[in-house]
Amino acid sequence: MHMSDALLSPAVGATFWAGTLGTIAYCSKKMKENLDEKMIPLMGVTGAFIFAAQMVNFTIPGTGSSGHLGGGMILAIILGPYAAFIVMASVLTIQALFFADGGLLALGCNIWNLGIYPCFIGYPLIYKPIVQKGMSPKKILVASLLSVFVGLQLGAFSVVLETLFSGRSELPFGTFVLLMQPIHLAIGVVEGFITAGVINYVKAARPEILESIAEMRPLSSGIKVKKVVLALLAIAIIIGGIVSWFASSNPDGLEWSIERVYGKPELPEHETGIVALLRAVQERTAFLPDYTFKKKETLKEQETTGKEEVASAKGEEAPRSDANAWPNVEAGTSVSGILGSAMMLSLIFLIGYGIKAIKKKGAKRRNGISHPAG
Amino acid sequence: MDFDKEYFNLGVLDTLSYKNTLIHRLDARTKVIATFAFIVTVVSFPKYEIAGLIPFFLFPAVIFSLGDIPFWFILKKVLVVSVFAVFIGIFNPLFDTHVMYDFLGIPVSGGWVSFFSILLKFFLTMCSALLLISTTSFPGICHALRKLGIPEIFISQLLFLYRYIFVLMEETLRMVRARDLRSFGKRGQGMSIFINLLGTLFIKTIERAERIYHAMLSRGFSGTIHFVKRDSLRKGDFLCLSITGVVLYIFRTYGIVSLIGKQAERMF
Amino acid sequence: MTHHIIDFKDVFFRYPDGTEALKGVSFRITHGESIGLVGANGAGKSTLLLQMNGYLLPSSGFINIGDLELTKKTRQDIRKKVGVVFQNPDDQLFMPTVYEDVAFGPLNLGMSAERVIDRVNSSLQTVGCLDLREKPPHHLSGGQKRAVAIATVLAMEPDILVMDEPSSDLDPKSRRYLMRLLKGFKHTKIIASHDLDFILEVCERCLVIKDGRIVADGTVSDILTNQSLLEENNLELPLSLQKTHIMDASAKGGLLPDPSHLHADSINRETGMATAASETCGVMEGTLK
Repeated sequence: MHMSDALLSPAVGATFWAGTLGTIAYCSKKMKENLDEKMIPLMGVTGAFIFAAQMVNFTIPGTGSSGHLGGGMILAIILGPYAAFIVMASVLTIQALFFADGGLLALGCNIWNLGIYPCFIGYPLIYKPIVQKGMSPKKILVASLLSVFVGLQLGAFSVVLETLFSGRSELPFGTFVLLMQPIHLAIGVVEGFITAGVINYVKAARPEILESIAEMRPLSSGIKVKKVVLALLAIAIIIGGIVSWFASSNPDGLEWSIERVYGKPELPEHETGIVALLRAVQERTAFLPDYTFKKKETLKEQETTGKEEVASAKGEEAPRSDANAWPNVEAGTSVSGILGSAMMLSLIFLIGYGIKAIKKKGAKRRNGISHPAG
Repeated sequence: MDFDKEYFNLGVLDTLSYKNTLIHRLDARTKVIATFAFIVTVVSFPKYEIAGLIPFFLFPAVIFSLGDIPFWFILKKVLVVSVFAVFIGIFNPLFDTHVMYDFLGIPVSGGWVSFFSILLKFFLTMCSALLLISTTSFPGICHALRKLGIPEIFISQLLFLYRYIFVLMEETLRMVRARDLRSFGKRGQGMSIFINLLGTLFIKTIERAERIYHAMLSRGFSGTIHFVKRDSLRKGDFLCLSITGVVLYIFRTYGIVSLIGKQAERMF
Repeated sequence: MTHHIIDFKDVFFRYPDGTEALKGVSFRITHGESIGLVGANGAGKSTLLLQMNGYLLPSSGFINIGDLELTKKTRQDIRKKVGVVFQNPDDQLFMPTVYEDVAFGPLNLGMSAERVIDRVNSSLQTVGCLDLREKPPHHLSGGQKRAVAIATVLAMEPDILVMDEPSSDLDPKSRRYLMRLLKGFKHTKIIASHDLDFILEVCERCLVIKDGRIVADGTVSDILTNQSLLEENNLELPLSLQKTHIMDASAKGGLLPDPSHLHADSINRETGMATAASETCGVMEGTLK
């Protein structure tokens, strides 16, 4: 699942872009230090291979539905982690631009989610150690399944965290996790099989290929377990810090979204079966029991019916969760708001059409030659 | 998603990006920076924002018309990729049921407001990404990124990838067609055949890489790719960026829509 | 122009898997000659060509190109003299635009920006593709790609031009254009091809290779009209010379040759791709343009 711009806040987006760009720079440096020239065309075409492979569908045995390949793990196995990360990042970039897959701000998150975990955790910590002791097809299958599984779970969990910290979605943490992780378990199984399948196929048909590529890699043994563990610790500390920062404040972020489900008054019409079901799920999966049933009173105050309450509702919800200092803008779905929106849209429409009309006239004037000198 | 269709769409966008209009002629850096600024501004609006987002439609409107981009084509693409955002967003009305507004007598919950806000943001951000690629050739974007400081190894990777996507997709298309023509319904499209297909494709890919490397060596390649230096920043670019920046700031900071609306109200 | 003599002396080549592709090849090519290299699939044509610019080095024997003997150290310099145009232009056009592809070579030679621009423009002009400068390669037709691939090599101003199956995948008009173009080049030309009519038109001298050895070396008019020689080496007369023979054969009731000459391993990986490509080239022309 790709993260989407519309669910992101600038802070989260920027943070992950920083992480991604840093990793790209690091991998580029590593590759430059020990570059086999052949890697450059190889990486390019392999990326195109993954890209094309992602578009081929196949039926999943037992379900009849079709599946697609992700590719991070297979890249890491073939090209080594540094090259694989760069290739994965490039493929995702093309997808973001040509297929609007996720969006340009979310691209930073997506490269992180789909690249870091297979390349720097799945491959060095799981795949390699298992396969080190012997590369039988079975071992490769087990190694692929496990490493893909871990990579995808971490990636999916990151999407949850990114959405949560952005504060645009109301989906509570527990429910979201319950949605994402099982889906990605299923995806992981399929991708694990495909990864192992292709590796084994190539090993059987042309074993020298994988060996010769392995020789081209820049110090593939360069990732030490210690380094990874330290990095993970650092990340854990940072995340822990952010979570507690959220949790320690008044109705905001994590705490707030859970409260909404518990303590909120709602209209009888909205009490549908689905909501009740989800609430039951939520109750069973609430990870932070301390935060339940608090501040019911403040939420009751939020019950609004008229446009006068708009301001107070906006005040309550001062964008603390944005960690941004943008000034507040009135939402205004009052009459003036609707009128204003309608007029603004009409104006924009007119401008667009106006430009087109002017262009057509200009083209006619030049007797249909549409290559202006400008 | 249908392979043929995907390939076709890719080709259409790619062809569009080589057109020659005012927008196309702007330097790639201008467009990349403007697009990012736009996206960040749109996304910076809080959860319940709707009216504030409306003025931002001006940007796509102008680019669509000045850049001669087919609107419905882009719209279809946006709709197709909306699945994830809609899927996650639709939970908002389910979880956020406190009433926020009174819309002509009907009470509207906060969840619907935030959901609608997500949809608007989605539309604006997706449009801007697609408009970027349809008004700027991909190599142009790559060179812009290089000039903005992205490492060269990544840039070469992007350029090679772009170059060979079309070649590989053609090759894959042939193989997929051959498979599909010889399979009946779902039989023949299973995983083992898929794996064979990928394996063969991969081997061909490696062989191709070998030949390309030879071609590069034959023309004197010795480790780094030298890029042709072409500087194309002009006055128009600086003007464009400044206007964009100013307009974005105004739209983000001032409630234009409510201003207009209040004026209109007064006239009634 | 200095001495661009190509001298192969008893060259042997064995692939890592043990296949002996060249078994004592010797010949001498002097400045300005245009040579056609013919032979069945698997005879060793491609291997021979790969030696020409040092991608492969001989297992034994000597190769002299210009004044240099081909070794690991000298091959970079030799590549400045010998330009190789590959069978599949997609392998050779690896930059995002035509301009950048043609400029690749000159830039690697360390030329200044202005000289590069000049070189690119004149090379593209020579092959008649100057207006394609800013196009990406995947927007070009097969014939255009072929022409641009030649331009990328010409831009390095080599003395010797080596071409591997230049006329494959070309429509009749493009093929005719290519023939005219090559006939106008003053370089030493070595053209490997199955298109015997093409060789007949463009080359003066012909080398026949079979099982890793040069079995015939003479003028094009001597070799390509010698039906028994050609058929011994799994070739046949150029089609343009066959008309009378075809009419005779049909009168006798037999037209198709005996397929037992097809080697099991003659479909080598390098040409396999090209054959497949030509089948759909016509299809793709329509959609890509």
